[in-house]
Amino acid sequence: MADVRYINATCLYEGNPVPAINSLNLEIGDGEFMVLVGPSGSGKSTALRMLAGLEPVSTGEIDIGGVNVSNRAPKDRDIAMVFQNYALYPHMSVAENMGFALKLKGVPKEERDRKVVEAAKLLDLEKYLDRKPKALSGGQRQRVAMGRAIVREPSVFLMDEPLSNLDAKLRVETRANIANLQARLGTTTVYVTHDQVEAMTMGNRVAVLKDGVLQQVDTPRNLYDRPTNAFVAAFIGSPAMNLRQAKLVDDGAVLGAVTLPLPRPVLEAAKGLSTITLGMRPEAFTISSDETGLALDVKLVEELGADAYVYGTLSGDSPEERPFVIRAGGAAPPRIGDLIHISILVGQEHAFHPDTGERLG
Amino acid sequence: MASTLSDSLSKLFGVIEAVGGFVAIVLIIFFVAGRATGRLQRPLTVLVCLGPALVLLLIGLVVPAIRTMYLSFLNSDSKKVIGFRNFWWVFTDPNNRGVLIRTGEWLIIAPLFATGFGLLVAVLVDRMKHQSIPKSLIFLPTAISFVGASIIWKFIYTTRASGQQQIGLLSAVVIKLGWSHPPNWLLSIPLNTFLLMVIMIWIQTGFAMVVLAAALKGIPDEILEAARMDGAGGFKLFRSVQIPMIRGTLIVVITTIMIATLKVFDIVRTVTGGNFNTQVLSNKMYSETFVNFETGRGSALAVVLFLAVMPLVAYNVLQMKRERATR
Amino acid sequence: MTTTTPPIATAPVPLTGAEAARVSDVKKVRRAFSSPIASLLVVILTVLWTVPTFGLLVTSLRTKADANSNGWWTFLAHPHVTLANYNSILFSNSFGGGGGLFPYMVNSLAICIPATLIPIAIASMAAYVLAWVRFKGSDFIFFVIFALQVVPLQMSLVPLLQLYSGGAHIGSFTILPKLHIAGTYTAIWLSHTMFSLPLAVFLLHNFMSQLPSSVIEAARVDGAGPMRIFRSVVLPLATPAIASFGIFQFIWVWNDLLVALTFGGGSPKVQPLTARLSQLTGSLGSKWELLTAGGFISIVIPMIVFFALQRYFVRGLLAGSVKG
Repeated sequence: MADVRYINATCLYEGNPVPAINSLNLEIGDGEFMVLVGPSGSGKSTALRMLAGLEPVSTGEIDIGGVNVSNRAPKDRDIAMVFQNYALYPHMSVAENMGFALKLKGVPKEERDRKVVEAAKLLDLEKYLDRKPKALSGGQRQRVAMGRAIVREPSVFLMDEPLSNLDAKLRVETRANIANLQARLGTTTVYVTHDQVEAMTMGNRVAVLKDGVLQQVDTPRNLYDRPTNAFVAAFIGSPAMNLRQAKLVDDGAVLGAVTLPLPRPVLEAAKGLSTITLGMRPEAFTISSDETGLALDVKLVEELGADAYVYGTLSGDSPEERPFVIRAGGAAPPRIGDLIHISILVGQEHAFHPDTGERLG
Repeated sequence: MASTLSDSLSKLFGVIEAVGGFVAIVLIIFFVAGRATGRLQRPLTVLVCLGPALVLLLIGLVVPAIRTMYLSFLNSDSKKVIGFRNFWWVFTDPNNRGVLIRTGEWLIIAPLFATGFGLLVAVLVDRMKHQSIPKSLIFLPTAISFVGASIIWKFIYTTRASGQQQIGLLSAVVIKLGWSHPPNWLLSIPLNTFLLMVIMIWIQTGFAMVVLAAALKGIPDEILEAARMDGAGGFKLFRSVQIPMIRGTLIVVITTIMIATLKVFDIVRTVTGGNFNTQVLSNKMYSETFVNFETGRGSALAVVLFLAVMPLVAYNVLQMKRERATR
Repeated sequence: MTTTTPPIATAPVPLTGAEAARVSDVKKVRRAFSSPIASLLVVILTVLWTVPTFGLLVTSLRTKADANSNGWWTFLAHPHVTLANYNSILFSNSFGGGGGLFPYMVNSLAICIPATLIPIAIASMAAYVLAWVRFKGSDFIFFVIFALQVVPLQMSLVPLLQLYSGGAHIGSFTILPKLHIAGTYTAIWLSHTMFSLPLAVFLLHNFMSQLPSSVIEAARVDGAGPMRIFRSVVLPLATPAIASFGIFQFIWVWNDLLVALTFGGGSPKVQPLTARLSQLTGSLGSKWELLTAGGFISIVIPMIVFFALQRYFVRGLLAGSVKG
């Protein structure tokens, strides 16, 4: 059990002036499930691998349990890692795979076997202990990779997109299993994924990265409700938040034919600006029965049963603008080609600086 | 016979002892290096693992290469510097001119035919059912020693005085074709050089075939199917789709066989000993050094060989660098 | 698709049912291509390539009188098989100095086994370091080793011979003392090892560097040091490549004449089969029944190795399509 701290940790590769991770500050509490999320190239895996000792910490430091481990070899960090492709040893049986780390540590054979069997029970792998990895299904391989980490009883689990090689159904199942297991074992866990749904459903807290820079760390709820900038706002949530430039007037912002009143703190923060970036989640709208509100030209309707997502262009959108999406009830959604009118629910809008993307107010 | 047996046994025991000793040394080094911890571990691993290879390469290839270059500027007993005189001899001696020209002929003809036949077989069997049988049989000569191959072909080339029954296959065949007095093949200049090349081609075809067959297999089936839909079939498919797609491999195969041909020594040595105008560079170099004890001249010939191989290997290195870069 | 240096073998990826079905579909398409003319051509070429060896085998089994009175192709009309040729070529003492081939066969084995095992050990360690314990300049070293194929064997002969018999000196300063190994097995083993290293390191490095990096990293996280990773992870996983190189090297050493001739110093105690056979082709002249028997003996071991382990051998060749 231990907490993890990144203190101004930077990872620079030789011959590349842009750091893969730029001065990362992140505290992960003891027993916490922290998810690192971001698009590809955001540096989320690098951050994890720095913690594992597989990438150098060029400047700054990384502490595990209050001890600076920046210059320690992976084996001296008391961590265990689950790799994206599981990285099982193909020439060893499941039991040998799981017991390899203990063997290297010099743990006596009986104790080793006991721990392996224990972990196998936990993961429902007892029947497969003598098999080679290639005789296992994808889900079983994934569990062996988990088992290999659990057996070691490390103070931190590191998981690098451990579910991305599973099919959709298994992924949802395993997602819950991992979260349960972590809660039961209470081991500090750092989990990397590019899938924001995984991030939101599994993490106690979620850290969003972009281009090697940490954007925001918070609970999933807060991340969704108060994204700190336009990037996080657009990245978290599916379908993504709608972002539009809006002209600023005395008491609000003008979008198409509608003037949206903004709360005082936002107006204060936006003082001096002539436009702002307005963010609106798809569920923040109602469809008007009359012709008031924003006009939306429907281009595509995704019916999901309970809900339907309606994609279209707002009047006044330039052709390059991303489609505007709203959530409608599943019962009688609009059809393609309809022109509908929508109004935004008060207080559900987000305002961002038009240039920096920072949250206003 | 008893003595040969016990001799053999003691020899093999000696070998086992030597291997055992070697293994023991390796294990001890492993054990010691495995004990190391912390910062020392990586450099020690590099030293222990890479060191022996580098030392052996230095002693076996790098230093000798440099030394040979140096020796090529000295006289026969390596006592006096005589400048470029050995090289002058290499290129102006009337005997050598024949050797150089012949080596050039070898260099062009043997690789071209071996690769050509190899490609032909590779393409043909690529479309066949029981392809492993012809492939194995054509590939087999690759595993045969040059010495063994030389005996096989010398036997094919034997000629007896006319009137006697011919026991050499070649003579028998030409008699069947209506030629009543087959010549003594290996003495017929310049035919004999080409007959020696046949041996090289026979050996190298299998190599070319295997590598090219693998390259052909590597062409994605979608591309072949697409080409067929575009109307390319048979020879057209071969010429305008398959050949261009394995061009790189084709060139590597040719250069590889060229390098092997340049260094070939055993065939000429065993079949004709370099007599009857069949001498080539590598065998000449060996004779000068170890038979005539003309170390300077032998070294000069080796340097010429080195310079001839250089561009071919350099090409292969560049090719590989490009491959790795795109990987 | 310029596969100049194809991987020796890629990590096993099990085919799913659908993939397997597709592969067989494709085979069908390829097969549909074949024509009778193509098949005929292949048969002709195969026969042409096989007949020489076949003639050798047949002649070696005939009596002296038969072999000398008519061609081996008449054998099928009057089959009369004898093993006497093998007996005399192997064990007789009547071929001038040196006697039969049997002791030389033993010499060949005594040369081949260590000359295969030692390069495997040394090259796999070097290849591992160059592939996975990378350091500044490791790529450069790799290319230099590969490029050393440029040095023709012939260039190394004299200096190595001098080193073995006289040690190494610069002026009067001795770098290496006299090794006293000229004309011994040790000299031959060492030489074969040196000459094989460029190719061996290249082949094994190619294979090892394609092992998934996450497996190596997993071992590091599990607590294995670089030596341990080599022993417990890389070495077991590289067995296919090591096997294919081993077969390759064995056949190459077995068939070698030049190295043995030079460093064996012509002594019957260490000369391999090839060297003796090369001598005999001169002295036995036209005793074809004996020469063919000797020739067949010399090719039978590589042939057995070849047929038994053909798949590995082909892999070795494929990866080493740049062998000098």
